[in-house]
Formats: sequence, C-alpha cells, structure tokens
Amino acid sequence: MKTEIRFAGYGGQGIILMGNIAAKAAVLYDGKNAVYTPSYGPEARGGAASSNVIIADEEIDYPYVTSIDVLVAMSQLGYENNAPILKDNGLLIIDSDLVRLKNGAGKVAKIQATRIAEQLGKRIVANIVMLGFFTAVTEVISYGSMKKAVLESVPAKYKELNEKALEMGYKEGMKWQE
Amino acid sequence: MKKEIRFWNGSIAVSEGAIVAGCRFFAGYPITPASDIAEYMALRLPQEDGIFIQMEDEIASIAALLGASWGGAKVMTSTSGPGFSLMQENVGLAAVTETPLVIAEVQRAGPSTGMPTLVGQGDVMQSRWGSHGDYETIVISPSSPQESFDLVIRAFNLAELYRVPVIFLMDECIAHMSERVVIPPKEEIEVVERIKPNVSPEKYMPFQPVNDIAPMATAGMGYRVHVTGLTHNEKGYPMTTSPEVQEWMVRHICDKIRKNEHKIRDIEEYRMEDAEIAIVAFGIVGRSAKAAVKMARRHRIKAGLIRLKTIWPFPESYFESMADSIKKFIVAEINYGQIKLEVERAVHGKASVELLPKFGGAVHQPMEIYQKIKEVKNGN
Repeated sequence: MKTEIRFAGYGGQGIILMGNIAAKAAVLYDGKNAVYTPSYGPEARGGAASSNVIIADEEIDYPYVTSIDVLVAMSQLGYENNAPILKDNGLLIIDSDLVRLKNGAGKVAKIQATRIAEQLGKRIVANIVMLGFFTAVTEVISYGSMKKAVLESVPAKYKELNEKALEMGYKEGMKWQE
Repeated sequence: MKKEIRFWNGSIAVSEGAIVAGCRFFAGYPITPASDIAEYMALRLPQEDGIFIQMEDEIASIAALLGASWGGAKVMTSTSGPGFSLMQENVGLAAVTETPLVIAEVQRAGPSTGMPTLVGQGDVMQSRWGSHGDYETIVISPSSPQESFDLVIRAFNLAELYRVPVIFLMDECIAHMSERVVIPPKEEIEVVERIKPNVSPEKYMPFQPVNDIAPMATAGMGYRVHVTGLTHNEKGYPMTTSPEVQEWMVRHICDKIRKNEHKIRDIEEYRMEDAEIAIVAFGIVGRSAKAAVKMARRHRIKAGLIRLKTIWPFPESYFESMADSIKKFIVAEINYGQIKLEVERAVHGKASVELLPKFGGAVHQPMEIYQKIKEVKNGN
C-alpha cells in the first residue's frame, strides 16, 4: 500500500511545512515508511509552492510523486497545475474559498480552511486547519500522530493555537466523512 | 544506549553525522543548495564546543580548514559546484600536504552557475581531479538521509586514516528530502582518530610514511613541522628541483589511495546473484535504478543494480571481474557520461556499456531505466 500526496498552494501559506509535518507524523509516530520532498525552486513568498509526501508499508525507492492519490490544493494554480496528474480515483481536497473547480472533478472534499483560521484569529494557521481536515478525510495518518508532529513543529507560544486549528479542521473532516 | 529514530533531511543528517564523527570546526560560505548544511552547523557546533566560521568566500573557507586540521581538529565545509570550483586550489594543497578534511559537495546542475536549485551529478570528475597535478581523493556518494549520516562518519574516518581530502558528493535532492534516520547506539559507531607520532621530536619526519601513512603531528604537540605546497621530502622541506623527490612524493600521495582501493571500496549490489544486465548508478539515481530492477524482475528480466557508495578511487578490478559474467552494463547518471567512461575502461571490452544520461534538473524515473533495460535486453 502506497499513498502519494501533494500539498500545493503559494509561498507563505506554510505548504512546505504541511508536507514535512505529515511525513514526520507517519515516520516517527505511525511507524510507517515515508519520504518528504519539497519543491525546491527560486521562488519566495507568493510563488507557486508544493510539497510531496509518499507514505508506504514497503521500502520507498523512487522518492518523487508521479501520480497523485491525494491532492491538497490551497490555491487555484496549485489545483490547476496538479489536477492533471491526480489519479482517476484520487481525492481532491480544496480550500473552497481559494479554489474554483473546473468541470469533471472527481471525488472532492471541501473546507474553508483559511476562513476558519481567520476566525481563530490567525490566518497563518490555515495550513494546520487543512492538515486536521486532511487527517480526518484520508485516514492515512492517525490523528494522535499528526497532533504530536504538529506540536513538535510549531513555536512553543503558538502550540495552543495550532492544536485548536488542527482540531477544528479535524472536526470538519469528520463531518465530511459522515 | 538505545538506537534513536529521527526524521531528517540529508543536510541535517550529514551535519549530525559529522558531529558524531568528531567534526568540531566548520568554515564555509553560503551557496544554494548547500547552505542548509552551513546554517545547521552554525547552530549546532557552538553547542558541541566547536567552531563555526562564515568566511569571506570559498577559497578562504577551505584554507581555514587546512589550518584547523593542522591545529588538530576534524574539519568540514559544505559547498556546491561553483563554490567547489573556487576551492580547487586548496584541494590540491590539502592533497599534497596530506591534510585530512571533508568537503560536503551538494551537486547542482552545471556547468557554471547552471541550475542553482536543481539536481545534477556533473561534478564526478571535478571531485577527482579538479585541482592541477597528480593526486588522488576519496569520493563518497550517499543515496538517502540515512546514508548521509552513516557515510559521512566513514568520510571522516577515511580522511583521518589516509590523510586525504574526502569529498562527500551529495545530490541536491538527497540534501533536501526527509526520511527516517536511525542513529545507532554510540558504542556501535566506529570513529577513527588520526595516527599521531610516537617518536621523539628530533626523530620525527612529518611526511615519512609508516605502513603507507605518515603519522601526523599537529600544533602544540611539540613537534617541528614544515607544511608547504611545494614539492617536499619526508621532512617537509621544499625540494623544487629534484625529479626524484617529486616522483617519490607523487607516487606516495597517489599510491596510498590506489593500493588501498579494495579497502575503501563500498558497493551495494541488488539482485546481482543471477543478473545478466547490470545498472550502474550512484546517489539519487541508485534509488530509481532499484525501482527499475524490481520492475524488470516482475517481467522476468534478469537485471541487477550496482550502486557505488564510493566513486573514487574507482573500483576497477571489481568491474573487470564482474564483466566475466555480466555482458551488458547500463550506466545511469545525471551527466553526459562521466562514470560510463570509467566502467567502459574497467571492463576491458569484455562487456557492452551503455549510457543512460540525464542532463540535470531532473532525476531518471524508474520507467525510463526499465525501458532502457528492455531495449538492451532485446538488442541481440
């Protein structure tokens, strides 16, 4: 069993961190094999950003994502650039305030992650809201593991905020599951 | 102590491995995609009572390593192609003065400034003979964060053991990808210290080999040493008009590595037991090649992988004997045929050797290598 995941958005949204946290949760706390590769280009804030995670039970040789099982899009460009390599039975997760779907989208899970983050008082945690949603919707990584990885990866004084953000996203995901 | 599990990228793994190996001095200059190593060492070395210096450029960085190494420290720098080019003058100085040091060279696509953020493996020859004159280096290529940790420890051990500059030739993507890294208990990690003189200062000769390697006195031990880039005798004194001393010195700095190639050699073989076609690869391409071999095996094609963890000194006799049974080699590398020529030379015409190049900016996909395997298999 092998799952190829891409997080896509623009620089400044914490897209790189999302991939890192997800893979860390899988490796350190779920005990699975995972590899994380950032897209490493000259872009800074505002440019297209993506990060990639492969999670597998078996050894992972080739570390790059070639056909996507789960695409998490937090920008229109992130959606449009990557949708062509989303598998036919793949899952698309979007921030529905930031991505307008085109015709022919398959299985889609929508959340207003940025809006929820704004309600929490910090737009910057939209990525963590999204990670919570991702955790519930995909069930690739356990919630407990994801929580540990998030708390380990954020500054101490923002732990509470991030924990809240993760939980809000997770709850939204559980609703979608139903 | 128990083993520990970390989730690290190659840059962190190589830095932590260096610290475990005893590295306590790092001088460097930032360059994409190697800056992460310098940044991390700047954080970590002061915590280990080590020294980190950001120098004014790469030439000064490696010069500082030479000084610190003669001061008794285990030393490392990190750079990428263009910076490595600038370091070459003092790579030669390190080779001729037999100074242990490690250069973590995170390759990007070249030549020149090329593609700063993207993968390339074009510095294979540069890492061997980028400086002028005859000398040998040891070059090691990891293919994962785990190997970045494990093999950099070996890089330090070999640098100290053979008194030679060791180039830790990484790929951009290995430096940036994160994976599980298992850290063995400290007592299970072998760390080698350089051989120090045990004769009286009057009798000591800093370049007189004892079993291939001259014991190395460092500053403060009470020995007189003269260290020069000029052709020198076993005392270290310049002998710039003696072809005999030149021959003795060049033979020594080359032969101490060439003679010990079989001990330095480190090769991973995968499914080679009954292989008819062998893929030769190193670094990141080794991973694509392994996936391609698995595909080939599923289609009942007897393919195997030879992955070079040490590139220089080149394992010539290994390939020569492999060519007794393997008649088809495919060399997959992200350059226009640097290792391919070495394999071809080593097999002495006993086998065909085909190149599957990438030119930088992208890694071979497993399917591309598998297609090449099929093509070579159906060739006759």
